[in-house]
Amino acid sequence: MAAISLDRLSKDYGGPPVLDAVSLDIEDGEFLTLLGPSGCGKSTLLRIIAGLEAQDSGNVVIGGLAVDGLRPKQRGVAMVFQSYALYPHMTVAANMALPLKMRRLSPLQRLPIVGRLLAGTQAKVRQIEEDVRQTASALEIEHVLGRRPGELSGGQRQRVAVGRAMVRRPSVFLMDEPLSNLDAKLRVTMRAEIKQLHRRLGVTFVYVTHDQAEAMTLSDRVAVMLDGKLRQVGRPLEIYADPAERRVAEFIGSPKITMVEARVGEGGGIHVGGHMLAIETGRQPGSSVVLGIRPEAFTPVASGGRGELLAGRVRLVEHLGSDLYLHLDAEGQAEPVIARLDAERAPHVAAGEQIHLAVRAERVLLFAPEGQRIRTYADRRPPAAVVDTNVAARRGHAR
Amino acid sequence: MRMVIGARYDASLGRSDTDPPAKVLPARRPGEALAAVALTGPATVLLLILFILPVAAIVAIALTDWQFGTTSLHFVGLTNFEGIFADEAFVASLRNTLVYVSIVMPGTVLGGLAIALLIESGSTLRDFYRAIHFLPFMATLAAMAIVWEALLHPTIGLVNSTFAAVGLPTANWLRDEATVLPVLAVIGIWQNLGFAMVLFLAGLKSIPQDLYDAADIDGADRWLDRLMTVTLPMLGPVAMFVVIVVALRAFEVFDTVQILTRGGPGHASEVLLHTLYRESFEFLRAGYGAAITVVFLVIAVTLTLIQARLIDKRVHYQ
Repeated sequence: MAAISLDRLSKDYGGPPVLDAVSLDIEDGEFLTLLGPSGCGKSTLLRIIAGLEAQDSGNVVIGGLAVDGLRPKQRGVAMVFQSYALYPHMTVAANMALPLKMRRLSPLQRLPIVGRLLAGTQAKVRQIEEDVRQTASALEIEHVLGRRPGELSGGQRQRVAVGRAMVRRPSVFLMDEPLSNLDAKLRVTMRAEIKQLHRRLGVTFVYVTHDQAEAMTLSDRVAVMLDGKLRQVGRPLEIYADPAERRVAEFIGSPKITMVEARVGEGGGIHVGGHMLAIETGRQPGSSVVLGIRPEAFTPVASGGRGELLAGRVRLVEHLGSDLYLHLDAEGQAEPVIARLDAERAPHVAAGEQIHLAVRAERVLLFAPEGQRIRTYADRRPPAAVVDTNVAARRGHAR
Repeated sequence: MRMVIGARYDASLGRSDTDPPAKVLPARRPGEALAAVALTGPATVLLLILFILPVAAIVAIALTDWQFGTTSLHFVGLTNFEGIFADEAFVASLRNTLVYVSIVMPGTVLGGLAIALLIESGSTLRDFYRAIHFLPFMATLAAMAIVWEALLHPTIGLVNSTFAAVGLPTANWLRDEATVLPVLAVIGIWQNLGFAMVLFLAGLKSIPQDLYDAADIDGADRWLDRLMTVTLPMLGPVAMFVVIVVALRAFEVFDTVQILTRGGPGHASEVLLHTLYRESFEFLRAGYGAAITVVFLVIAVTLTLIQARLIDKRVHYQ
């Protein structure tokens, strides 16, 4: 059992807080991803869980044991570093054997020559070698055991780093951007392997990344961090379809979500671009709201067509085979609006042409000017794909 | 060779492989050769004037009986080399130099490493410690030698006064055959310690923090384990460099000997460079001195070659 419970963790280095009262419960065997832009505190959080750094306040509990003040080796965690942090002077076998040697051999037994002569060392060393060989064969790196890290490819180094973490059968795996040093193709392969590894080992994984694709594909749950705060915790689809606030909506999703300023009209609908969207906001008529529209929520319409929201000049057309990205400079929008259209059904447009885009009311995400989400009637009836009875039980919401 | 390079160069410019390279190359060749000469020329001239010609001259002089200042010389073959190895003073100076190096090198390397580790492990007054340990290396050794002479003075020196005060045996450090070489070696260590320390500090700084973190996670988190798992192995390349450079500097010992002992008492502190200086410029036996220089050169070049080999092959991990 190795559930992890973080309770109001805070940390600063003398400036603004790097972590601000972060609380999170991670279940035993769960794959949880800490997702956020660089500098959001996600790596610091991981290092605090590992015991490499101490929090200023708050508590960490791993497997029911309060580990605050315990050294990393006493916490039963293994970690894979972004740089892999392999010992360059040791062979792959020695790299992978080190955690076992440190645990199973006494300081005297670890001595270079004298240690070999002590009673019991030989048997233990043979057992360690056997364990290393087994782990290596599971990761298909048996053939490089005799080589040094400098002689390996990026993918092999990554496997060795995983192997070194895996060999002592930890109950918690911590991974700090383990794929970011690999090329794009290898990254996809290794992503699948990490997912399989998680299934096979069944232990708790805490994975730090700034890459949404990794977070979306690997995780049971994603925890979005911005500016040292946990903004939203939920299943990958939930984070995408039902963001808790404007900044989460803007961070998740590529191409980026379009935000449109609008005003609540008399009778409850929303005035935007000279039209009225039938969205029940529950807000005072005249108050400002922000509409968030995902690129795929746009549909092209004729000028003045039903539900038209924006019109603009096409700046760039990107054909991606199945999809078509339209970048347009829309009236009243500071940033270019990006719409994702089905390539087969999209009208033929070229750069410089005028295009009108509509959106259906139920696909609009509504935010208050301050950034928090406004739940409308449609949101209270979430799409089937997002419904998850476990979400409530997992108590994972940002407190 | 040139053809291959030329062909590759073309390929990188996006020419198709079917272009016959021979058609392009002759036109390019003179310009390229000129550029190559222009670029390497200054360095080649400097190398010739400063290194290669003097070395050739030394080797040539070593085979003659030239007296410094005279206008005639005769070829004498290897007589000078036979002479120096039969000369008690030279053999003593070679032996003394080896003893001196074998004290100064490990003393400086281990001491410099220890100080660097101590400075790096603390967080206060780092710059101060760095500065005071580096000062001896920056100071003029000739001036410092005079200070050491005063300290080591048999009757009024601070060293003997202190030793006497705490009941330790005193000695006439620089006039006693048994103590003179170790005392010179201690001064040598004192002078080079800061140099080794600075190099080790730079080496320590370049060790990625990730490796220490990995060692922590792997359970190698005690001081000695961290040292053995990460610090010392990662300092390997720097240590190799320090060992060779300090050894070379120790072989070059001259100032302290010339100022403090002039090789005495007897030949007890005679060292290679001092013998070389005396033979060439005091006794004016230039041919004989050149033979000693050749021996010295062989030692220096050997050490340098070892350094180049080892640094390339053994202690580079990437």
